[in-house]
Amino acid sequence: MLSGILIFNQKGENLIFRAFRSDCRPRLADIFRIQVISNPQVRSPILTLGSTTFSHVKHENIYLVAVTKSNANAALVFEFLYRLVVLGKSYFGKLDEEAVKNNFVLIYELLDEILDYGYPQNTETDTLKMYITTEGVKSAIANSATDSSRITMQATGALSWRRADVKYRKNEAFVDVIEDVNLLMSATGTVLRADVNGQIIMRAYLSGTPECKFGLNDRLLLDSGDSSTSSSTPGNRDGTMKATRAAAGSVTLEDCQFHQCVKLGRFDADRIISFVPPDGEFELMRYRATENVNLPFKVHPIVREVGTTKVEYSVAIKANYSSKLFATNVVIRIPTPLNTAKTTERTSQGRAKYEPEHNNIVWKIARFSGGSEFVLTAEATLTSMTHQKAWSRPPLSLSFSLLMFTSSGLLVRYLKVFEKSNYSSVKWVRYMTRAGSYEIRF
Amino acid sequence: MAMSRIRGAFAVPKKGETFELRAGLVSQYAYERKESIQKTIMAMTLGKDVSALFPDVLKNIATNDLEQKKLVYLYLMNYAKSHPDLCILAVNTFVQDSEDPNPLIRALAIRTMGCIRVDKMVDYMEEPLRKTLRDESPYVRKTAAICVAKLFDLNPALCLENGFLEMLQEMIGDPNPMVVANSVTALSEIYHAAPETQALKVTTNTLRKLLMALNECTEWGRVTILTTLAEYKTSEVNESEHICERVAPQFQHANPSVVLAAVKVVFLHMRNVNPELAKTYLKKMAPPLVTLVSSAPEVQYVALRNIDLLLQKQPDILNKELRVFFCKYNDPPYVKFQKLEIMVRIANDRNVDQLLAELKEYALEVDMDFVRRAVKAIGQVAIKIESASEKCVNTLLDLINTKVNYVVQEAIVVIKDIFRKYPGYEGIIPTLCQCIDELDEPNARAALIWIVGQYAEKISNAGDILAGFVEGFNEEFSQTQLQILTAVVKLFLKRPEKAQGLVQKVLQAATAENDNPDVRDRAYVYWRLLSNTSDPEATKNIVLSDKPPIVTTIHSLPPALLDQLLTELSTLASVYHKPPEQFVGQGRFGADAVQRAAIAEQIENARESPLAAAAAAAAVTGGAAAPQAQSNVENLLDIDFDGTAPASAQKEPGDGMSGLEGLAGTPVRVESPAVGAPAGSNNLDDLLGVFGDGGATSSASGSGAPNGGGAGADLMNGFAGLDLSGNSMASPPAGGSQPKKTNEDIMSLF
Repeated sequence: MLSGILIFNQKGENLIFRAFRSDCRPRLADIFRIQVISNPQVRSPILTLGSTTFSHVKHENIYLVAVTKSNANAALVFEFLYRLVVLGKSYFGKLDEEAVKNNFVLIYELLDEILDYGYPQNTETDTLKMYITTEGVKSAIANSATDSSRITMQATGALSWRRADVKYRKNEAFVDVIEDVNLLMSATGTVLRADVNGQIIMRAYLSGTPECKFGLNDRLLLDSGDSSTSSSTPGNRDGTMKATRAAAGSVTLEDCQFHQCVKLGRFDADRIISFVPPDGEFELMRYRATENVNLPFKVHPIVREVGTTKVEYSVAIKANYSSKLFATNVVIRIPTPLNTAKTTERTSQGRAKYEPEHNNIVWKIARFSGGSEFVLTAEATLTSMTHQKAWSRPPLSLSFSLLMFTSSGLLVRYLKVFEKSNYSSVKWVRYMTRAGSYEIRF
Repeated sequence: MAMSRIRGAFAVPKKGETFELRAGLVSQYAYERKESIQKTIMAMTLGKDVSALFPDVLKNIATNDLEQKKLVYLYLMNYAKSHPDLCILAVNTFVQDSEDPNPLIRALAIRTMGCIRVDKMVDYMEEPLRKTLRDESPYVRKTAAICVAKLFDLNPALCLENGFLEMLQEMIGDPNPMVVANSVTALSEIYHAAPETQALKVTTNTLRKLLMALNECTEWGRVTILTTLAEYKTSEVNESEHICERVAPQFQHANPSVVLAAVKVVFLHMRNVNPELAKTYLKKMAPPLVTLVSSAPEVQYVALRNIDLLLQKQPDILNKELRVFFCKYNDPPYVKFQKLEIMVRIANDRNVDQLLAELKEYALEVDMDFVRRAVKAIGQVAIKIESASEKCVNTLLDLINTKVNYVVQEAIVVIKDIFRKYPGYEGIIPTLCQCIDELDEPNARAALIWIVGQYAEKISNAGDILAGFVEGFNEEFSQTQLQILTAVVKLFLKRPEKAQGLVQKVLQAATAENDNPDVRDRAYVYWRLLSNTSDPEATKNIVLSDKPPIVTTIHSLPPALLDQLLTELSTLASVYHKPPEQFVGQGRFGADAVQRAAIAEQIENARESPLAAAAAAAAVTGGAAAPQAQSNVENLLDIDFDGTAPASAQKEPGDGMSGLEGLAGTPVRVESPAVGAPAGSNNLDDLLGVFGDGGATSSASGSGAPNGGGAGADLMNGFAGLDLSGNSMASPPAGGSQPKKTNEDIMSLF
């Protein structure tokens, strides 16, 4: 499998070099630097030279590189590199050149733990944090034999993601349903593509080894299963739950993916999501929906190129959700030609500013209540160029976040917790819709 | 810049630096020692040679500080090779550590021992390894399992003698899922390095254990187990069904590599189950595959390459998912290119309108490479879906009207292929001829010239157009030269009066002033055919015969290779679409395998459409010329034997010999009297004969018009033949009047 992991900065300096097999020689670092970092022509993340393959991922200002020799599993290699990024972020807050330089000892330690002879081992952040820590003091815990045997049990156990002796005075679980809505609209206003990538983040503060059951308004489940399950939930005292139950209707989930704690066999058989959660925050599931996507914003851009020296914009945006809700941080990026000299903008709400470094007019609306409509008119003056090159007209893009709204219409029906001691628990649900890639061509 | 940096990294460390580190390593204060070790590791990372500090670092191995121990071990692993003797000093610590009450330390010791690749170390590894394999802590056991693979790599004999393989095989039944996964990993590694050991043999019993562990182990362990299951050949249908049933839930895993591994298992074992059941699995695997397309770009790329393979085997699985593959503006180019290919593969009657609108959008972007591929995709769609061909042609015409140079060039190349399938779109030829001056790439020029030659009788100024190209014949790339040659000959056969001088000139230029063997050979073949005075129809039948329409321009892998690659899903081979022998090529692959791979590649190249190959090697004239010539050989064979070319010639079209055989057979088959004599004689005579013949014909025909001699009659014959063939070929009435007109012209001339 992996012969080595290398980390470079943008200048091509080797920050981390960890060989797992004898065939990963130091000069490979120079080869990667010359062939990939100093070579602007590279257009593939995979490069095979002779029998050596470099697979790289760029994150912030560093390159993470995996060296492989044989016909390695490419999907696994890239997924592992991304997992390394996730680990780095959770350890150092941010994985960039500075973080790597400041923590290189810890990174070596981590690599030693998560890869053995080039085969990935346990990469669960929470487990690793128990015995590989940023402070030297804490790692003393791992030195005592009894503690560490407990740790190692967990690192390899069937419930490798959870400690056995978790205790809370107040048992709580928070569920965040976060949807990224993707839109691609053509210049004529037809929706080319609209779908939702959702994730359900859970923060579980539950004692013992709780068995959880989680129910959504999943059409397949509602059609097949009986509807009595939702009424008989004694542990459910959450107000928001009741509110959402009123909203009938179901959602067709195109595909779901679950955290490794979810029993996939059960889901496959009867679409019941049942699991023993890790302690603290984790991503319970991801899903995709493509039917009946509610688009929170309608954008109607009119862009006119007047001769070769001027572009006129008129962009109207309308909120397509209930007036009780409001979106925050609405940002509309309106592309301008590369040779824009200056712009003038007028808006009916919010502020617009020209950002020459991104060739954008950025229009920001801090609070956008449902049902309202705002307009921007702008004009970009262009400098004349000797070589008149056509403007590629990149799509206009939107970002926003909107609370208590799901584009797919997904609702959490119940979350049931079963534990030996039979404690009661409190659950909270929150919904949010954000813009994924929300693009409108013009 | 870069050079000085490299030099800096390799420079011998200043005396002071090593000295300082050494002083720190032997300091009496623990914190100073630890700091020095850290600095040493830092220097090691930067590529500096700090092996001189080996003895001093080694002194710090006996410590209770786990972090420091790890650093010393890291150093040891790196420099053990340079100080094999000194490593022995560390053995004692390792052996002690492997019996430490702390499982983390036991595991660390055995993990590191395996990485110190020194022969002497191996001798001391036996005992600790045996103990740790039976350790009470699963964490230590799973580490020891991998260590067996390390030992096998160092010393296979020792590993076998001590029965470590058997121990490992037993560990597949371990109660801990991670130990199972690592044991399988180690066994599979050993098995692939030395198949004769039969290290990993899946039986019904182990299969059960693997399936049990699958649901409980870590994501990476699942990949290992799934990969093993994919390699397992089942003996009965029930077993395959069972595997599919147990593996299918893994489609829902959050880790894309697990999903791909599961897809691989189900796809391979599905072949054994009944078609109905297989269909439901195909349906089940579609949504997870689509989800992979929204992962990180690199993972997406791997997924897309794999989807491409799956689609070649099962073209229908993603029928309804076209929109998912629409390119986002910010997608990296490698992802965009792959998405284009997939979109063309899943195009059908229902989604073609949507696809065309999207492709047109891409063709108006600014990234040249992407735009070209988008244009090419439009052509592929036209040839794939007959009902959409008109829309495609209209879209291409729109694009030509944008007058963007590279768009026009690519569109012309694509339209040439469309003509090869649908000869009826000749109405657009005038538009194409208008952009003749903008074409500067050999590919595009060749394509337009081919069109002119093919429709010479319908293009009134074909002679003028070609004359322009003949003028600069020797400045063209060879692929363009070949097309000029063919087009002029076609024109001559269709309208002799317009091209007599031209054909002379071009044959002269191609034979006497050209060094390229392909161009010369083709010119000689034409020359000889044209000098055949006794049966002028024969030449026409050969050169102007109707060629069978092309079926597709979408590149597909040969079935055997495809089947092999499907067993390699999610590996590098599936990304490159090449068998592993071709890019791994070291160690375990013998010379035979490499040779086989080379042959397979040749066949693959030969199958590739010459245009695709030419596009890839546009800059390299030689590289582009070779496949072109190959296709010509194939064309010739098709004509001569009516498609029943000898099997030998078809099997290895890249081979020069078979092509020559086919050519040598040609004159005999058509019984051309002109060449009858020299066929048996030696080459020099042959060549002289051609020259003589050619010269005679040309001089005769040159004077033919005024005095109406024998050669003139010959010309008349030739013309009559053209008239006939012209009528039979001209399907639309618009072009029909053209030959008649020229007919009159010629008559008045006489």
